[in-house]
Amino acid sequence: MRPFRYERAADADQAVALLAAEPEARFLGGGTNLVDLMRLGVETPGTLIDVTRLRDQDRIEETAGGALRVGAAVSNSELAADPRVRERYPVLSEAVLHGASGQLRNLATVGGNLLQRTRCAYFQDVTKPCNKRAPGSGCPAREGDHRNLAIVGHSELCVATNPSDMAVALAALEATVHVRGPAGGRVIPIPGFHRLPGDQPQRDTVLESGELITAVELAPPAGATRQRYRKVRERRSYAFALVSIATVLALDGDTVADVRIALGGVAHVPWRATLAEQALRGAEFTGDAVKRAAEAELAEAQPLRDNGYKVELARNLITRTLLDLAETA
Amino acid sequence: MAGSTEGARPESPVLAQLRLRVNGTEHELTVDTRMSLLDLLRERLDLTGAKKGCDHGQCGACTILIDGRRANGCLALAVAHDGADIVTVEGLADGDELHPLQQAFIEHDAFQCGYCTPGQLCSAAGMLGEVNDGWPSAVTPQGDSESQLTEAEIRERMSGNLCRCGAYANIVPAIAQAAR
Repeated sequence: MRPFRYERAADADQAVALLAAEPEARFLGGGTNLVDLMRLGVETPGTLIDVTRLRDQDRIEETAGGALRVGAAVSNSELAADPRVRERYPVLSEAVLHGASGQLRNLATVGGNLLQRTRCAYFQDVTKPCNKRAPGSGCPAREGDHRNLAIVGHSELCVATNPSDMAVALAALEATVHVRGPAGGRVIPIPGFHRLPGDQPQRDTVLESGELITAVELAPPAGATRQRYRKVRERRSYAFALVSIATVLALDGDTVADVRIALGGVAHVPWRATLAEQALRGAEFTGDAVKRAAEAELAEAQPLRDNGYKVELARNLITRTLLDLAETA
Repeated sequence: MAGSTEGARPESPVLAQLRLRVNGTEHELTVDTRMSLLDLLRERLDLTGAKKGCDHGQCGACTILIDGRRANGCLALAVAHDGADIVTVEGLADGDELHPLQQAFIEHDAFQCGYCTPGQLCSAAGMLGEVNDGWPSAVTPQGDSESQLTEAEIRERMSGNLCRCGAYANIVPAIAQAAR
């Protein structure tokens, strides 16, 4: 690992100012992804600016409007265990608990979870080309090992997937990311925070250089919904998703009043299944309708040589999860 | 801090001061900013219980307790944990009295080579604290406020600790016994 300086910021403004003064700097959360990437030689910051002890960012608070504001330095464990999160946004608690391990979730922060790199094995191996790590060097995954990589939204330059479970639930819940930068603050909706690779695979998110995540905000729940996170993986626990799903469903009798579906493990971003949602919203909730919606969502999928299995897996996961959810009280 | 100019990447190691409480003893240390808590414990304090299995947060052999919560020592930069209270496997026992988890691991023969055992023990100690605090797991049903420590719960909550000998069949009942 290359030598680096270490600074600890006391509040968001100081953290932003420290980073602006040192262009080779990175913000440090729990370090569960960044420190690993530094050890692998993928990341070589000149300075780490520790943002885990920023004022007011270590807690979950209710806003005057009934939203829940989750500070960026809150650990993944604390987020998943919070009684308000478990009661109002159970899909978020479930998603977080399906990610990583108990000891990693204790270290990892909410801001850091959103900023963990969208990645594949080639990105993490500095002896291999990778357009995300070294723009223009090529993408060996297209012809190489891509069994667990993207089936939608990928580009010629990058087929990596975002591994966050939390972000999939946040996409279904339409949470917002609050950021502070040299030019002030702004609010970025999820989905919309992560970006597809296009011709700039080195950029995982729409964050501008020097911007710091200060909080994630969850809108007040709109009426009663049924929520569920499910994750299919090669072993039952502590593995990245092959495909995962976060669903929020509101039924009015047999009619779909509202439905929101996001998929993990299929794209460079948490993939909002808007086609399936459109097919279902306002429709009568039947097994056939759900199946057709899942088919509509995956109709445009572009699997690679070895990951076509994910198309059927995603279709079945959408169908099964919604049908199961409709049966719960 | 020394050895660097503002703005550029430092060419030589950068040193930092920190204070740690480790198994009840206070330490003041000067460390390279790159040093992990795991390396600090093993190489500076001669506490070699926590193991370096993968050094990438994937195996759990380095699990220690930081301020009462279990964490992977390999991914925790020492400098970022200035002021922390650390407990390693060497600090679990109370003098000659083994920790209930240690006693249960012996009674259940919950290891073969023993390499993962310090991490398993610290992880289990942290995990039981989490259960005690009402934290759910991925297999806890929605709406359950009290977590029952079933076998499925133990397996899920301990999934961050790999055992290459496959002693899980004895680790699970050992933890269940210690939890009672």
